[in-house]
Parts: sequence; structure tokens; C-alpha cells
Amino acid sequence: MSSPSTSSATPAPGTEEAALRRALASTPRPPRAGRALSTAVTFGWRGMLKVKHVPEQLLDVTITPVMFVLMFTFLFGGAISGSTQEYLQFILPGVLVMSVLFTTVYSGVALNTDLTKGVVDHFRSLPIWHPAPLVGALLGDSARYLVAGTVIIVLGVALGFRPGAGVPGVLAALALVVAFAFALSWVFTTLGLLLRTPNAVMSAGFMSIFPLTFLSNVFVDPRTLPSALEAFVEVNPISHVVTASRN
Amino acid sequence: MAADGALAIETTGLTKAFGATRAVDGVDLAVPRGSVYGVLGPNGAGKTTTIRMLATLLRPDGGSARVLGHDIVDEADTVRGLVSLTGQLASVDEDLTGRENLMLLGRLLGLGRRGARIRADELLEAFGLTDAAGRLVKNYSGGMRRRLDLAASIVVTPRLMFLDEPTTGLDPRSRNHVWDIIRTLAAEGTTILLCTQYLDEADQLAEGIAVIDRGRVIAEGTPGQLKASVGSGALHVRLLDGAQRPEAERLLARELGTPVRLEPDPSALSAPCADGDKAAEAIGELSRAGVRIADFSLGRPSLDEVFLALTGRPAEGTSDAQQEQRPAITEEEPA
Repeated sequence: MSSPSTSSATPAPGTEEAALRRALASTPRPPRAGRALSTAVTFGWRGMLKVKHVPEQLLDVTITPVMFVLMFTFLFGGAISGSTQEYLQFILPGVLVMSVLFTTVYSGVALNTDLTKGVVDHFRSLPIWHPAPLVGALLGDSARYLVAGTVIIVLGVALGFRPGAGVPGVLAALALVVAFAFALSWVFTTLGLLLRTPNAVMSAGFMSIFPLTFLSNVFVDPRTLPSALEAFVEVNPISHVVTASRN
Repeated sequence: MAADGALAIETTGLTKAFGATRAVDGVDLAVPRGSVYGVLGPNGAGKTTTIRMLATLLRPDGGSARVLGHDIVDEADTVRGLVSLTGQLASVDEDLTGRENLMLLGRLLGLGRRGARIRADELLEAFGLTDAAGRLVKNYSGGMRRRLDLAASIVVTPRLMFLDEPTTGLDPRSRNHVWDIIRTLAAEGTTILLCTQYLDEADQLAEGIAVIDRGRVIAEGTPGQLKASVGSGALHVRLLDGAQRPEAERLLARELGTPVRLEPDPSALSAPCADGDKAAEAIGELSRAGVRIADFSLGRPSLDEVFLALTGRPAEGTSDAQQEQRPAITEEEPA
């Protein structure tokens, strides 16, 4: 804890009272509270400010994706495709989906952390569009997903990934993944509202996201799997997103 | 405002239960406009739950309430536009700076980017926080945080403010500062509902007080009336030697003619006493009898004594206080 200098923060009561009276008298009365979309954007801005103050929060969307790409490419490349170069073509879209989806769990964790503080009460007592805090937080998180996706694609290209569909294809894939992540983050937001501690949200989140990502076509061609597993992989929505971004 | 009445807050039989605990059990309040009204009670008495219902954060189980003439359930949105809430938990965002907190609220309440910034700086100056404007709130002292809380609740001046224990946990200097702010807000015409567990605080600030216990209003009146109903104070004596307490008890009972209470501290005792001369006399008598006194005081009644007088049992912080402060997050606000 830093010790705040109360002496400088509290000037003579007299001058302050005058300032307080002025502040009360000059109060602006906006015709109405902000509209739905603009309040949501304001909450998104709140999320950005937090990142600005604690940039380490970006580790999970920068370092983690880099780790995933390197680890899986060089670990499985030789065994599965015979060469890392070839495997990279296959796995990069998969890792893109996986890394972005992993970060969605943190949306729920962050929301749950918020709820343990008094600030949410304050927001709820304001005359604003009720879902704005949630929508805004998720809009802010979408920016994080975008960062994660960009990091992966840039790294992939540096390692020799050559997308078949060129730049428009890559952008389309990125847009698809971010949109899917936005949609999925509502699941974890719901968990964040229902569970009691941020840790519980984290465990429950990863418990569901791990099987969903690994039991998909992210790493391997499902045709090589036992039939029951193959059936699961085929209906797993994540497989469809991966297939879509590969193409 | 079409639905103007004379009362700022009017509740009838307001009820809220959490599981088997009836946190608020039929509260009737009538708070006039333009006043500071105190709701006084120990932890777990139902103060916070009442405030949260009036601020539309909780839906009552029974009874009805009107805030500035608007029903808190049917016209919740209108009510939200007229009131502000400063909770027991700091209602500002610790991970942002003071200025960012105020700008955020200004933007949410419909100010433009520039307008929100100007308003934030104006409030920071008024609350003596200009120097700390760019620091994260988590590094603020308790008093600074409280002041920012108060600033945050008047970004747009509300017609009615709910203050939930605004000075709990503050040092005396910060407490006085917050009291000054509350007085100024009241003088400018804002109605304030002040929940507190300190009789002293209600006494200093409020024109009317409702004493609440176990979810019910058990007494109501001006601070003067309330204290008069309790008796005006007590003489507290602490002895150097606890062994002399029985003798001191006998002498005090004789001199003051009131029942003497033995305190948990084995060398302390107290007795109701309003009259300074009589108290001095009694102390003199103790001293002449060779009872050695460590210290003594003639105090105004504490909340504890008010409670003892009103309910026949001491004020207690019950375990459901916890539940009250951290209500279930699945609680739906009225649509």
C-alpha cells in the first residue's frame, strides 16, 4: 500500500465547501441517460482502461497463443504430418480457434470478480439499459480476442504458414473466430453470474473448454479416430468453426 | 414531476426474506422531503436490505414503497433516474483512477466526453481529490475512497441520496470531513436517507430517526425525543482495583438511586444518570470511601443503551449481517 498524502488531498474546509456548493449548483442535467449502444460502448471503454492500467492482463492473449503455436507445431508436426512445415498448414487455423476460445473463459472470471465488489450495485442503480455492463464487457473482450488472433496469424506467417485463400480469406477467418468467441463468451458470462467465486468459474470454464477443443479436428484428421469419437468430433461446433476457418 | 407528494419516501409493511431469515419484516417509514433522515440499528437489523429495496436493487416480498411519489416496483426506472446509492461496499471501481470513475459515470448518465471530463474535474476539486485524480482508487485511503463514493453519487445531482453507513471504518478526521459534505448536500436541498449504527452520527446529522431492529421499526422521532425516551445518559466508572467493585456498586446505587450495571470489564460499572451535579457528588462519595478510581465519564446514551432501553436486550450483530451485505447475485431487479 502506498500511503496517500492526506495533507495535500484535503485543502481547507472553507474553500472546499464553496467548491462543493458550486459543483452542486452547476450540475448538468442531461436530458436522458445514455442510449443502449453508447452505454455499452462506455462499458467497453472501462474494460480498455483496465488493460491500460495493468497491461499484464494481455499476457493470456499474447504469450499464451505464441506458446500454443510453437508447442503444438514442433511437438506433433513430425509425428502427425511428417514435417512441421506441412503440419503448420493444418494446425494453424485450429490453434487460432483454440487460443481465442480459451480466452473467453476469462470473460466469465472477470465478470464474477466484478460482482464481488460494490461497483456493480452502483451500475445497477443507474437509469441505464440493464444489459449494458455485460454487453460492454464482452465488446471489450472481443478486442482481446482480436489481439490473440492477430498474434497467431502473424507468428504463423513468420513460421511459414501460407494461407490458401490469401489475405481476404485470413481476415474472414479472423472475423468468424472473433464472432464465434463473442457468442461463446455468453456461456461463460452466464457461469460467471451463477457461480459463487471467480475460481469456480475458472475451473468450470476450463473443464468444459478442454474436451471441446481437444476432441475436435484442431489437431488431427477425425477420420483416424474410433467411430464413436469421430461422431462426437463431427457434431462439435468447434470442429465446424475450425473447418470454416481452414477454408 | 407530476406525482409529487409531501413525502420523499413512504413505505407500508415493506418485507423481504432471505430463506428463513426475515431481514425486513414490515417496515413503515415516512420521510419528509428536504431532510436528513436517519435509520439507526445494529448490524443485521435490516438497514441495508431496506435501502437496497428502495434503490430498486431488490424486489420486496411484500408491502409497498413510493420514492418521490413513484412506486419502486412499477416505476423502477423513474426511481433510478431520481436517486443515487452509496453502498457499504465502496461503490467505485478500484482498478480505475478517481477521474476515470467519475468520467465513466458521467458518460453513462448521458454527458458527452468533454462534459463528463469537466464535471469530473469539478467534483474532484469539490471533494479535495484533485491531487489524487490520476491515481488508481485501490491506492486511496479509506477517507478518500468515501469522498470519491460521495462524488460519484452526485455526478448528476440526485433528488434523493441513500447513504449506507458512510463513515463506518473511517478515522475521526475523515469522518468529520464526510459529515461536513453530508451537511452541505442537505443544505443544498437533497433529501438524504442515512443508515448508520452510530447514534452519534444520526444525532449530528439527522432531523428524524427511525430505530430498526430485527427488520422492524421499534422507535421513531427526533434525536432529542429518542434520547429523552432512553434517559439522557450514564455515569461510567472504572476502578483501579476490581476488588472494590461491590462497595462501589453499593455507594453508586445509594447516591444515584438508579440500578447499577456491572460491565463485562471486572473493574467497570455504570449507572443511568442525567445530572452532572449528582454524578460529581457520587464520584466524591466514592473517593471519600477510599474507592480508588482509574477514570470516569458522564456519557450520552450509546446505541447500545438505546437498544437496551427499547428492547430490553443489548444490540447484537447477528450472523445474518453477512447475508445482508452480500445478497444473492441472482436476485432480479424489477424490469
